[in-house]
Amino acid sequence: MSDAPERILIKGNEAVAFGAVDAGCRCYFGYPITPQNEIPEAMSRLLPEIGGCYVQAESEVGAASMLLGACASGVPSMTSSSGCGISLMQEALSYMTGSMLPAVLVNMARGGPGLGDIGPSQGDYFQAVKGGGHGDHRNIVLAPATAQECYDFMFRAFALAFTYANPVMVLGDAVVGQIKEPVRRTPPPDALAPERLAELAAPWRVEGRGRRGPGAAPRLVKSVYLAEGTLAARNRQLRDKYEAMRAEARWIAQDTDDADLVVVAYGSIARAVRSAIRALRAQGAAVGLFRPITLYPFPDEGLRALAAARPGRRFLVVEQNLGQMVEDVRLALFGPAGRGAEVLFHGLMPGLLADAQTLEEPVRLALAGKEIRS
Amino acid sequence: MTASAYQDVIIAGFGGQGVMLVGNLLAQAGMEYGREVSFLPVYGAEMRGGTANCTVVIDEEPVGSPLVRTPLSTIVLNEPSLARFQPRLAEGGVQIVNASLIDRALVDERRRTVYIPVNDMALKIGSVKMANMVALGAWIGATGTLPLACVQDALNRVVDGRYAKLVPANAEALAAGYDFAKKQTA
Repeated sequence: MSDAPERILIKGNEAVAFGAVDAGCRCYFGYPITPQNEIPEAMSRLLPEIGGCYVQAESEVGAASMLLGACASGVPSMTSSSGCGISLMQEALSYMTGSMLPAVLVNMARGGPGLGDIGPSQGDYFQAVKGGGHGDHRNIVLAPATAQECYDFMFRAFALAFTYANPVMVLGDAVVGQIKEPVRRTPPPDALAPERLAELAAPWRVEGRGRRGPGAAPRLVKSVYLAEGTLAARNRQLRDKYEAMRAEARWIAQDTDDADLVVVAYGSIARAVRSAIRALRAQGAAVGLFRPITLYPFPDEGLRALAAARPGRRFLVVEQNLGQMVEDVRLALFGPAGRGAEVLFHGLMPGLLADAQTLEEPVRLALAGKEIRS
Repeated sequence: MTASAYQDVIIAGFGGQGVMLVGNLLAQAGMEYGREVSFLPVYGAEMRGGTANCTVVIDEEPVGSPLVRTPLSTIVLNEPSLARFQPRLAEGGVQIVNASLIDRALVDERRRTVYIPVNDMALKIGSVKMANMVALGAWIGATGTLPLACVQDALNRVVDGRYAKLVPANAEALAAGYDFAKKQTA
């Protein structure tokens, strides 16, 4: 039976906008940049219709600061940008983490460094997961690969941001943002209702004096702690929160049971890898895929379990950059003597369009334990 | 013809020839037919002056790679697109070639080709703007991936409401291309 009537054909960027609004987002601040312009375009239409607020800021610096203000009021709010625009937002991102605010940021990454190009790239991995801003800030990073995941992950982004009172970044790329695919516009199982988001914000949100009744103590949202010992206490609080976030690590393992080689890839590159694996398995190659869904927290335990289940099993990290996530894979698999696993790397240059056929050769070489030239 | 579970196509031409519109139409029709689909436009410096192209993948399981190096089929509407994509066509693949704008001498005779004057045929139906629809119709006839009626019906969701009155002529253009390809392959 055809399920066509439930599905709509939209771009990943449009799916982000629909997902955000359906998840309860009511404020958007941004500044245009390719390849994510369909997000502000859709938000500028959707938000006024439901009493929300859309602002095209004077710059990314302004947009991120407006986001900080909106988040402090407890209203589900977001921004989106790409590459260099996200760099401009790092100061506010650090402030929002320090202030424990539930901001949601979307980076549909483009090629870099510098102005780069408008093609796909995974060169922003370090910035996203290690923190491009100052101080010990960490933010949860979700990596969608399909338009449906762009929709679903916006719910998850707001749920996690409000649960932990911490910024969440959704990291895609030009392919994830520009691809048009069927999307079902129904909330995923892990969605939190907007009322629940409001409850989570109730203990700290800034509402205006007197709104909580006479005599209520004023609230202050801040990231500055100058009195002796207060910054240390704040950082301990953040550390405990980051440790609690580890429970949110998510991944998908496919065809790994019999695999001599597990390819680790995320986002759009994981799609091309999956097709390459499909072709190679049809030829009898024992290859599987491990796809991190959360890049922070990184799914170390999922990887370690795969390594432990089959000693001698190799791992090949395929990314569209010069080698970034591979460091987290090596950290995860660098275990006690005799338990570490061999981790190989194949990098695709940013800006190129990666197809499955091109990826078959490096996977074949890795399976045979041969050197791969990126 | 038995419809294969997997099909992909690169559609290419000058900016303005309606490459993205027929790519969208094909993906919409595939989705409405109950398939998994992806449509990926390629933008870049090539938007102005050179060629624009998009890739559509139709499958029975969720689409993996939305990009293909060696497409199973192509629709090429101008000479630069033929030069770029003819060498990449998969072994046994089929290409729809715009005979109105592309010299026959450039067509590789070893390739399965529907050489069809889509501009001239569209002009006869009413407007050269429908050359893209004639070409997509020929692709449907040559590949059998989707029923013609399904693609014609999907026009109603892809064409903006302001242009609804143009849907019948576009459906006719699809049919003209379809018939041309069917006659050639019969």
